[in-house]
Amino acid sequence: MLLGPALLLSAVLFTIGVAGVLLRRNAIVLFMCVELMLNAVNLSFVAFAQVLGLGGQVIVFFVMTVAAAEAAVGLAIILAVFRHTRSVDLKNINLLQG
Amino acid sequence: MTLSLMQEGGPSTAAVAEGAVSWVWLTVALPLAGFLVNGWLALKRPQAKTAVSVIGAGVLIAAFMVAAAIFVQLRGSPPEAPMIVQLWRWIPSGGLDIRFALQVDQLSTVMLLVVTGVGSLIHVFSIGYMRADPGYARYFSYLNLFIVFMLVLVLGSSLPVLFVGWEGVGLCSYLLIGFWYEDKANADAGKKAFLMNRIGDFGVLIAMFLIWWSLRTLDFATIAERAPERLVAGGGLVTAITLFLFLGCTGKSAQIPLYTWLPDAMAGPTPVSALIHAATMVTAGVYLVARTSTLFALAPFSSAVVAGIGAFTALFAASIGLRQYDIKRVLAYSTVSQLGYMFLAVGTGAYVAGVFHLVTHAFFKALLFLGAGSVIHAMHGAYHATHSHEDPQDMRNMGGLRRALPWTFTLMLIATLAIAGIPPLAGFFSKDEILAAAFGRGSVEPVWFLFWGMGLLAALMTAYYMMRLMTMTFLGESRLAPAEREHLHEAPWSMTGPLVILGLLTIVGGLINLPAFAGGHHGLDAWLEPVMETAARVMPLHMPHGQTEWLLIGGAVVIAATGLLLGWRLTSARPILPAREAPGDTGLSLVLFRKYYIDEIYNAVIVKPLVTISRFVLWKGVDQGLIDGAGAHGSAGLARGLGWLGSRLQSGQLGFYIVVFLIGAVWLLRAVAR
Repeated sequence: MLLGPALLLSAVLFTIGVAGVLLRRNAIVLFMCVELMLNAVNLSFVAFAQVLGLGGQVIVFFVMTVAAAEAAVGLAIILAVFRHTRSVDLKNINLLQG
Repeated sequence: MTLSLMQEGGPSTAAVAEGAVSWVWLTVALPLAGFLVNGWLALKRPQAKTAVSVIGAGVLIAAFMVAAAIFVQLRGSPPEAPMIVQLWRWIPSGGLDIRFALQVDQLSTVMLLVVTGVGSLIHVFSIGYMRADPGYARYFSYLNLFIVFMLVLVLGSSLPVLFVGWEGVGLCSYLLIGFWYEDKANADAGKKAFLMNRIGDFGVLIAMFLIWWSLRTLDFATIAERAPERLVAGGGLVTAITLFLFLGCTGKSAQIPLYTWLPDAMAGPTPVSALIHAATMVTAGVYLVARTSTLFALAPFSSAVVAGIGAFTALFAASIGLRQYDIKRVLAYSTVSQLGYMFLAVGTGAYVAGVFHLVTHAFFKALLFLGAGSVIHAMHGAYHATHSHEDPQDMRNMGGLRRALPWTFTLMLIATLAIAGIPPLAGFFSKDEILAAAFGRGSVEPVWFLFWGMGLLAALMTAYYMMRLMTMTFLGESRLAPAEREHLHEAPWSMTGPLVILGLLTIVGGLINLPAFAGGHHGLDAWLEPVMETAARVMPLHMPHGQTEWLLIGGAVVIAATGLLLGWRLTSARPILPAREAPGDTGLSLVLFRKYYIDEIYNAVIVKPLVTISRFVLWKGVDQGLIDGAGAHGSAGLARGLGWLGSRLQSGQLGFYIVVFLIGAVWLLRAVAR
């Protein structure tokens, strides 16, 4: 079975996503890293579905739907921010600073 | 004694009101209407003085007619039990169900007649006296309102209703003492009266709680019925109730220790002094004791306290009156002193004698005050015409006024003889009855001999200071400048007329309770007998008879005559200098003139510490320090500090948020996985 390597790949992808979110400043890249994390989780769901039954695959569809909606909203927000500040750098987005 | 939570039924003996008695509410409603209309006029048409006069005095005269009709009806068929006129349910609250009801019986009818009768005369007098005052309409609206509350006080069938009137007259007294509020001294005098009365009112409230707690009722008729059955005679509870009631009386009726407001209350217009601070309101305490006589009769200790305070006040205030120069102040201390006599009477158990003196005192003291008002009116007129700024109330500036004011002089002389106790004037019979009752009680409890002696000494002083007042004011040579003398004139008839009527009442007032030795049959005794019988059974009187009685009368008359003679001789022996040139008093005279420094002592012992504590502990410490500092500013500061801490999380750095989010997620995961 490929469960072990699949989970390992999933963990690597997830870690790359987290690191990207934490370290990068560009909103688009950040957004892509979030997608990466989602898909890493999807991968582990599919891998588990091979062992534990089809439930994991069903969840994947839900995650993909949510991710699509999130992509639409997220990109729209980034676009709006860009129009406002002429930049997608997170350093410039600090209006809510306490 | 069973204590159910529910109020037990009303008095089993209340009679149904019929005839004129069922119209008794009119006596309250008429002055109330007068107050409303005059109050409206005071705001909208202050110059409509004729309308104000007609309404102000008219409603009182109409109320007096109703009172007279009630009296005639009661005279024809005296009720055995009080007649209650129910007006409305006032406080229906669980077991407590207080109805706003008026009670008509022999005692309240006497008070009703005095209040509306003397009140009418003083209203008429005020028309002339206050004519030139810009606050004319306001004055009459207050005066009408006072009558409303005074009648609620004397007609109320239960303690709470009486208390409404009790507080209301206090309010009107405050408003009228400070009537000329532009002068700070007047406003302060009003405040002083109000605050001192508050102390007394606290006593009445506590007494009410205790009566409700022990007797489950607040109706006078039911109290009189239940008290002998349920309260232990001479027990601690009834003693506490009566002492708290009496505390209220010392406030309202200006007895030691709460008397100092009354002399200051003379800051108000003189007719107000006559009506409120001599004839009616200040006698409310005496009325209250007579009304709750059953309770006082059950508490011998309280009765002794009442009599003792009364006798001592009579003597103490009379001695201050010996050395006052302000004509109204002499009369004010005289009032305090005469009220002391009334309390000596009701404390002795001679409730009828107390009410008798209340009535005669209302006549002759109202006459004296209105006479003084007439004098002040004339003096003020003379000074006003010559643009002089002397004090029109200082007797040292007067002298020889009998020529300019013959009517006032004659009538005030009658009142002086009456208050001194010269037969056959009204004051003689009432004062004699009080002293005889005190003497008679002495044979049972010797301490009453002391009270009797104090009363006798006070009678000597009374005669002295009254004759001194007459001598300084009316006799001798005038101490006015010749130019001022020309402007002295007798007051108009609207002012002298009421004086004449009061003078007649002062002469014949004694007839209402003419004693047996003078050929009478104790009319007032018989009249009030149904009201006082419970108390009389518990605390019987021991009136002296035969030779002792004649000796007492003779002694009292000799003392009165001596006082009058001394007052006349000693005052006219030395020339009196006008106030401006007069040297200050020295020695005992100074102590008396400064009223034993009681005001100063109260100031130093009570007022100053209270103000100091209020300022530095309560205001700066508790209010500004604790409530403002720790309370208001403290909680605001705490919220702001916590908010600042929370806002540190809002760095605006998305990365930071994510780190926090991740830490949180991991922590949650750990908690779930465990």
